[in-house]
Amino acid sequence: MIQRSLSVLIGLTTVLCPLAAVPALADETEPVAEPSRVELVLDVSGSMRAADIGGRSRISVAQQAFNEVVDALPDDTQLGIRVLGATYKGKDKAIACRDTQQLVPVGPVDRAAAKDAIATLRPTGHTPIGLALRGAAQDLGTEGGNRRIVLITDGEDTCAPPDPCDVARELAAQGTRLVVDTLGLAPDEKVRRQLLCIAAATGGTYAAAQSPEQLTNRIRQLVRRAEANTPAPAPVAGGRECAGAPLLGPGVYTDREKPAEHRWYRVPVADGQELRAAVSVAPDRPIHRDYGVLLRATAADGRELVRGTDAGSGRTDVLSTGLRWSAGEPESSDGDAEPSRGAARGDESRLTEVCLVVSNSFAPVDRQDGQPGIPFELVVDVVAGSEPPAAPGLGRGWLLLLVLGGAGLLTGVLAGWLTRWWIATWRTN
Amino acid sequence: MRTRIRPAAAAVAAFRLAWPVCRALAVPAILLGVLYPAAALAAPTPSPGAAALDRAGTSFLTAVPVTAGQPVRLDASTGDYLYWSFPGAAGDVTEIAATLRFPAGAKRSGASTWSIEVFDGLRRRQACTAGAQTPTAARDATEVRLGCVLRRVRSWAEPWSGDPLPGTYYAKLSVVELPEADLGLPVEVDLLIGTTDGGSNADDGELRAPLAPPARPGAVLAATDGSGASPSPAAADADADGGIFDWVPAFSTRWIWTTVGGVLAAVAGVFGFSLTWRRR
Repeated sequence: MIQRSLSVLIGLTTVLCPLAAVPALADETEPVAEPSRVELVLDVSGSMRAADIGGRSRISVAQQAFNEVVDALPDDTQLGIRVLGATYKGKDKAIACRDTQQLVPVGPVDRAAAKDAIATLRPTGHTPIGLALRGAAQDLGTEGGNRRIVLITDGEDTCAPPDPCDVARELAAQGTRLVVDTLGLAPDEKVRRQLLCIAAATGGTYAAAQSPEQLTNRIRQLVRRAEANTPAPAPVAGGRECAGAPLLGPGVYTDREKPAEHRWYRVPVADGQELRAAVSVAPDRPIHRDYGVLLRATAADGRELVRGTDAGSGRTDVLSTGLRWSAGEPESSDGDAEPSRGAARGDESRLTEVCLVVSNSFAPVDRQDGQPGIPFELVVDVVAGSEPPAAPGLGRGWLLLLVLGGAGLLTGVLAGWLTRWWIATWRTN
Repeated sequence: MRTRIRPAAAAVAAFRLAWPVCRALAVPAILLGVLYPAAALAAPTPSPGAAALDRAGTSFLTAVPVTAGQPVRLDASTGDYLYWSFPGAAGDVTEIAATLRFPAGAKRSGASTWSIEVFDGLRRRQACTAGAQTPTAARDATEVRLGCVLRRVRSWAEPWSGDPLPGTYYAKLSVVELPEADLGLPVEVDLLIGTTDGGSNADDGELRAPLAPPARPGAVLAATDGSGASPSPAAADADADGGIFDWVPAFSTRWIWTTVGGVLAAVAGVFGFSLTWRRR
C-alpha cells in the first residue's frame, strides 16, 4: 500500500506582490510594480523513477525543466523552493505524510544554489500534496497581492485527508489572491481529476506533459504569465442590504458570495458623472450546467436604475456582466427629476449614492453549505458623463441636395421676376 | 436691355461649366460616404513589420493587449482560457480570426467544440455578426478555424443600452465542450485581429470617456465622509475643456453633402434668375 506512487512533485510557486494592501483612501497614483517572488516546490516521491517520458525518468525530466525555468527567470524575481516526499524512506505513513520541507526560502533568486538544491534530490517517499500546498501558501506569506503556485506531479495525493482540492479552495479564500497552476507528468485519470480540481478551485490552469519538450514548453508559458505584474484586486466584503454597505471608490475589488446570496455596495456618483460597473463571477467548484449572473444598480429607496445580466451553460471560467448609469445632466435644474440620493453633501455638486447588488444563479453540484462563497471580481469606475448628441447642424443625403437645389431655383426665379417688375416700374417712371 | 441680360447669360454659362465639376466632385464623395460602411470585410491580414506576440492572459485583468494586424502565436494547453484585449474606436468594425492546430503527437479521444467570445470594456458580451464562433473539431482534425466579426462601434449610446462603444475589448478563446480526458493536451494558437475603419460620425454623439476599465485595486471610502470621494479627477477636467469652436461639428461626410448642397443651391438660384430674363 505504502509504496504507491512515489511521485515527484515540483511545486513552482510564483509570488507576485505588486502592491501594498488596501490604501486608506481613493488614491490615483498607479501602484508600483514590485518584483515577482517565485517559490518552487519539488515533490520527490518514488514513482518519479519511472522512465516513461521519452525514455528518461520523470525526475530527470522534471529536474531539467526546472533548471531551464531557473535560467529563464527575470532577475528581480524572488524564488523559493519546497519539496515533499523527499526525505523519509520509512514505512510509517503518518510520518511519511508530513514529509514536506522548504528547501530555499522565498527571496532574491540565487540560480546556482537553486540548481544545486534540485540536483541532489532523489525519488523517495509519499505524496502529501494538500500539506505541501498549505506549506507553500504559508511560505508566500499573506501580505501583498497575487500569489501563484505551479504544481508538477505524476501521482495523486496519497495522504488525504486533507483533500488537496479542498485545501486549495480554502487557501484561495484566505484574503489575498492565490492561483495554483498544475502540471501532470504522464497523468492517469485520477491524477488528472485531482489536478483539474485544484486548478479550478483557484482559477489556475492544468496541463499534461507527455514529453520533455511539452514540460519545458509549458513551464515557460507559466513563467511568462507570472511575469505579468497585474495588481491584485482589493478584497472587500459586501453588505446584506444597501444601507451600511461598503462605499466603493473606482478600482477593482474581489469578494465572495454563496449561491443565491446577494452582496450590496454603494458608489457615490456626482451629477454629470457616469457610473460604470462590471462583475465577473468565477465558479471554483463543479457546477450544474446552466448558470447566470445579475448586477443591478438601484437608488437608495430600492428603485432599479439599470441592470446588467448574462447567462450561459457549459464549461466556463467566468461569467461577466456590466452596466453604465449616469446621474442627470450637469445643466439640468436641481428641482425636478432628482434621483433619490443618500445625502446631499457639499453645495457645488450633489452626490447620489447608487447601490450595486451582485447576485448569481450558480448551482454547485455538491449541495454543501456553499462555503467558502463563489469568488467574484467587481470593477467600479466613475467617469465624466456623456451628453446625448444634439441635433446635427449639417445635413446629408440626396433629399438635402434636392431641397437646397429646389429652394435655390425658386429663390432665383422669384428674384428674377422681382427684378423685372422693379425695372419695369422704374422705367415707366 | 442687352447689357442687362449679360450677367444672367454669364451665370448660365457658369452653371454649365460648374455642373460637371460639381458632379465630378460630389458623386464620388457621396458614393464614398454611402457605400464605405457597407464595404465587404476581407479576412484580416498581418500588417508588415508587426512583431508577433507569444503571450496570452488568463483573465480579464491579465489580458494581453494586442493591436490590429499584430499576429499572435503561442503554445497553450487544451482547457486554457486565453484572453487578449484590443482597442475599438468609433466606426471600427473588428474581425478576429483564430486558427488552432493540434500537434500530431497528442492523441485526442473525441470531438471538441471551441469558442471565441468577445466582451466590451464593461465585460458585457458582444455579438458576432459573422464568422465561425463555436466550431467543432473532429477527433482526427489537425486544425480548426474560428472567426468573429463584431458590430460597428458606435460613437455614443444610451447608458442602458448594450451597443458597442469606443474603448477596450476583450477576446476570449476557450474550449467549451470536450471529453475530459483531452484536457491539458497541447494546442497551438494563431490569432489575428483586423480592423476596418468606417469613419466615425461625430454628429451621433460622443462618449466622454472610453470604456477602459481601471486596473488598479479599489479603495473602500470612509463611510462617514462621502464628500471626499471625488470619484474621478477626469470628471472635473472634462467640464473645463469647452472651447470657442465647440459648436463646430467635426469633419464628416455631412460637411461634403452640405457644401455640395450649398453650391447646388447657388447655381440653381442663378439658373432660376436667368430663366426669367432669357425669354426676351
